[in-house]
Amino acid sequence: MDYHTMRTFADSWGLVSMLVFFLAASAFVFRPGSRDVSAEAARIPLKDDSDER
Amino acid sequence: MEEISGYPKVGEFLMRHATSIISLGISSFLAILAAAFAHDKAFASHMWVLAAVLVISVIVLLRRENFQPAAAVDPSAYMDGPIRYGAIATMFWAVVGLLVGVIVALQLTYPALNIEPWFNFGRMRPLHTSGVIFAFCGNALIATSFYVVQRTSRARLFGGDLAWFVFWGYQLFIVMAATGYLLGITEAREYAEPEWYVDLWLTVVWVAYLVVFLGTIIKRKEPHIYVANWFYLAFIVTVAMLHIVNNLSLPVSFLGSKSYSAFSGVQDALTQWWYGHNAVGFFLTAGFLGMMYYFVPKQANRPVYSYRLSIIHFWALIFLYIWAGPHHLHFTALPDWAQTLGMVFSIMLWMPSWGGMINGLMTLSGAWDKLRTDPIIRMMVAAIAFYGMSTFEGPMMSIKTVNSLSHYTDWTIGHVHSGALGWNGLIAFAALYYMVPKLWVRERLYSLRMVSWHLWLATLGIVVYAAVMWVSGIQQGLMWREHDEQGFLIYSFVESVAALHPYYLIRALGGVLYLSGALLMAFNITMTILGYQRDEAPSGGTLPYPQPAE
Repeated sequence: MDYHTMRTFADSWGLVSMLVFFLAASAFVFRPGSRDVSAEAARIPLKDDSDER
Repeated sequence: MEEISGYPKVGEFLMRHATSIISLGISSFLAILAAAFAHDKAFASHMWVLAAVLVISVIVLLRRENFQPAAAVDPSAYMDGPIRYGAIATMFWAVVGLLVGVIVALQLTYPALNIEPWFNFGRMRPLHTSGVIFAFCGNALIATSFYVVQRTSRARLFGGDLAWFVFWGYQLFIVMAATGYLLGITEAREYAEPEWYVDLWLTVVWVAYLVVFLGTIIKRKEPHIYVANWFYLAFIVTVAMLHIVNNLSLPVSFLGSKSYSAFSGVQDALTQWWYGHNAVGFFLTAGFLGMMYYFVPKQANRPVYSYRLSIIHFWALIFLYIWAGPHHLHFTALPDWAQTLGMVFSIMLWMPSWGGMINGLMTLSGAWDKLRTDPIIRMMVAAIAFYGMSTFEGPMMSIKTVNSLSHYTDWTIGHVHSGALGWNGLIAFAALYYMVPKLWVRERLYSLRMVSWHLWLATLGIVVYAAVMWVSGIQQGLMWREHDEQGFLIYSFVESVAALHPYYLIRALGGVLYLSGALLMAFNITMTILGYQRDEAPSGGTLPYPQPAE
């Protein structure tokens, strides 16, 4: 695999696959029912009562 | 004192540090051998430094050795020993790195301060950059990541004493890198100056770091991996990749200090700036965002403004940052398409950067009154504001038209410092102020008013620094391009250097202000650790608290 093959792959399928992954990840974040899950996750640092250990 | 049950049988050794002492002893011997058979003089000196450090470590460990059985480790308790050491190391290297920064600023102002060969600007400058980036920020990242990952995973650090190896191994890397620079050993790759053998050592330490961090996440008791850990993990993994690829090189000799890069020409330059810019993106941004996403909610006692925005922030930052490096090579031999790519991705970075900034700031919505009473929150807000400002300025400077003026000028230096002093410095100091009383089980800091003083000294220092570098950078850029109607340049290079003298002096003043804030912090934190509390009126106490209207 030479430089030009890699470069052509990078600016075509490579770019598309990363864009698709990003869009999918963003869509997943806003899926129905994610509000409660993320509200729960956001409280992880605060519900730790054993800081003083 | 724990109960000592069962004394050792005859012939049974109970040396707790046995493995460390033996391996350090063997390493000292090997270092002396390497010094004796060195291929060049610089390598021999460097190996003597290494041998001295290792022998001192052996002596310290032998003196600290006791032969009583170790107290049983409570597997549910957090492992805070390396974090306490890390907090002290962060504070120590902050003062050292900033002090060297003031010295190099003065060396630029008064060339007579260059003391050859060890202390001239060329050797002191990487000492300053590595001192603040890798020693100060690196220790802050390791200490806070160990602190955050345990508390958000509800699990003790994985790997037992491996965390200690990460801490001490990283300090050894810092000492070897710093002494190497002063001895004149350098790969001449910006922010990656250490030579091949120091690079190999850092690789070993970094893999151990990844094992400790990832192992802790894997054995977590909390089902969800909190977003701060995503950022920390991205920082650890990406820095490993950047470090290895950028430092691919062939040593001239196994016992010599010189190596040659595997790349050449413009490929070498692009690899270097792919590394260099992502050192900013993942070391100084992703890792520190991990800090922001834990310590700001903790100090404000409110969950992050939008957790879902933080996830988008994460993926957008990861996918965009990695392509921005070519903007360091505008108007060079790098192909035009690659320059444009770097510029476009830098501009797109505005979105995740500002999304993250808004997310951090809005975490305080409904708790803005804390700004008046809590100087640590104030420091965090200032840090996030500087994050927003420098991530606005950076993409703007990556635009080719702007870059044609700003490139190679002091404007770049000013930009870097508003990001590093404003964002990295302040958020790391705020994290220290939060962590130290918790780590040493103190009721509060020695003095909150000193935190306030620290914040204002630091902010004033940054403003002086950045403003004066804008003026000097733009003047420098304009002087370089000024030409008469026949196309001849008006100014020689040295004329532009002479014109900058007053700005350099004011810049050094900005540095002194920032350093004095850090010294105040060092005093405050030392007193906190020693268990003192300053008798003082609470911050904002003179203002009447708002009462409901009657």
